Amino acid sequence: MHTVYIFLTGPMVWVSLLILVFGLIGKFIYLTSMAKKRDPWIFNYFQFKYAIKSILIWLVPFATMNMRRNPVMTVVTFVFHICLIIVPIFALAHVIMWEEAWGISWWTLPETVAVTMSFLVLGGILFFIIRRMKLPEARYVTRVQDYFILLIVALPFLTGLLAYYQIFNYQLMIILHVAAGHIMLIAIPFTWLSHLLLFPMLRGYVGSEFQGVRNVKDW
Amino acid sequence: MSEAATAAKIEDPGLDQGVEKLTRDQIQSTILKVVNQENSARLRAMVGTCVSCGLCSEACHYFMSYDRNPYYAPVGKVKETLWEMMSRNGMVSKEFIRRAATTAYTECNLCKRCVHFCPFGIDTAYLMTVVRRICHLLGVTPQYLQDTCHSHSATFNQMWVKDDEWIDSLQWQEEEARDEFPGLRIPLDKEGSDIMYSVIAPEPKFRAQLIYQAAAIFQVAGSDWTMPATPGWDNSDMAMFSGDAEMMGRLKKKHYEAARRLRVKKIVMGECGHAYRSVYDMGNRWLGFKDMPIPIIHAIQFYCELLRAGKIKVASRITELCTFHDPCNTVRGMGLHEMGREVARAFCPNMVEMHPNREHNYCCCAGGGVINCGPPHKMTRVLGNRIKAEQLKATGAKIIVAPCHNCHGGLEDIVHHYKLNMKIKFLGDIIYEHMQKPGAVE
Repeated sequence: MHTVYIFLTGPMVWVSLLILVFGLIGKFIYLTSMAKKRDPWIFNYFQFKYAIKSILIWLVPFATMNMRRNPVMTVVTFVFHICLIIVPIFALAHVIMWEEAWGISWWTLPETVAVTMSFLVLGGILFFIIRRMKLPEARYVTRVQDYFILLIVALPFLTGLLAYYQIFNYQLMIILHVAAGHIMLIAIPFTWLSHLLLFPMLRGYVGSEFQGVRNVKDW
Repeated sequence: MSEAATAAKIEDPGLDQGVEKLTRDQIQSTILKVVNQENSARLRAMVGTCVSCGLCSEACHYFMSYDRNPYYAPVGKVKETLWEMMSRNGMVSKEFIRRAATTAYTECNLCKRCVHFCPFGIDTAYLMTVVRRICHLLGVTPQYLQDTCHSHSATFNQMWVKDDEWIDSLQWQEEEARDEFPGLRIPLDKEGSDIMYSVIAPEPKFRAQLIYQAAAIFQVAGSDWTMPATPGWDNSDMAMFSGDAEMMGRLKKKHYEAARRLRVKKIVMGECGHAYRSVYDMGNRWLGFKDMPIPIIHAIQFYCELLRAGKIKVASRITELCTFHDPCNTVRGMGLHEMGREVARAFCPNMVEMHPNREHNYCCCAGGGVINCGPPHKMTRVLGNRIKAEQLKATGAKIIVAPCHNCHGGLEDIVHHYKLNMKIKFLGDIIYEHMQKPGAVE
């Protein structure tokens, strides 16, 4: 079991991070070069200020009309995403591992906060699953892989909490936690989790197109 | 259950006979060509990023009107068409194409309202034009819509107006208008004018009074204007909506070239939404122009300029309660909502807003070529826009100001079907009726 742990927290970190980073970079290069070849006008119309404006506005809670129309969804979405990004970066155990490996360290979340935020992530995923099952317009377009992706995102947090509370076998849970984390990182470039990259790209395009060409806001 | 939910399958020879001839290979190779060669990163990014959250649903008037049937949600329409086509690598059946064509041509107005709802800005209107392109290449297009495209191909106008009939119609309107304005001309082919005025073919065909009114406004404003006597006078573009991009390009080229030949400084367009989309967005890009190759302004902009410059002045005002309908192509297309209101308010001080409004306004459900799919599909769009009827009714207004031909067609049917008892007016109607007319015979 120990060798598995050593592998997952050692070489495998490189593998996952490289797949994540180069997967996203590759996706970016693939899409932009394809656009340059077939839809070059996208770059003629692209304007940085409108792209940034569009991205920023859609990152502010309740700044857009549709966010105001769906207050519950807006709150859940923002809380979910913020926790999802903050917890892995600032969890104490994670920072300690960075420090042990590379000797770098940064501010960490108080434990209770990290735990609460993890529960919020799981709560968010539960909300998304129930929403997909109950809301007709979401149920109609939900595919099996959509639930699967939600599961991929849920697992690192679920196993993390189980390990924290030492429920079941702690050592096994830690290994599952690290493995689940790898699966999520690797899944990002190959599923719609890539909206991490495509959100700013698409918003940049739509923002330039609407504010720049069509003279109208896009929110 | 509302009457909308009980709609039966609609027969359309263009669609029914179109799919009869198809083979599996033909369907697959066409889908792959359009998806992989004609389209690019934009399509892939939009289809690949959709997390199928359904937040776009309430943007669509069909969804809202058909009892929130998810089938009509923007993402629902993409699921029924492109998702399947792409995930099955083009291996879809004839029946699938028949259904996809119905969805793309008659159940989406390409109004882009859903773009404002999607957190990623996924443009379902664009995705539906991709589906239409596939259907066009497969020869599966609604018969009435295809007829207008045939007319475009044969005559460069949408309504089979013959060259001499066009000139005849203008001269007829000139003659009529000279009873009111003795010196009035509709200058034909006058090279070096400031303005070329272009209209859509339905104007000479059956709304000729609009040309009269425009001539009266030009006359009062003292504009130096002309209309081309040769093809290129029609700025409309149903080919853009049928998926016939090649013909769209030819049409726009003809239009721009007519203006070049007349050496005008700019083109002023009548109150048409889709033609505007065609010149500033789709046609110009197809031809390789970043912007319009010659300045083109919509009637809303032109009237607003005339009012601001004091070239037309208000003589009387409408006292009845009015409301302003924002056409998708002038608002989500060019942000002309405030200019439109400025013109309308000058003549209709008693204005009430419909909600939502401006760039979030509900579509008339006629645009995007949907009304041009003709009588077989009429009830699809009338029942598919109950939400608009409710929105209009809530204003309590007596007059709807709508600066777009398609909106007029769509709103008239809705007003009639839902017994709203409202009149619909163009800005040109109002200006003509209520402006000061120096030189006019009383």
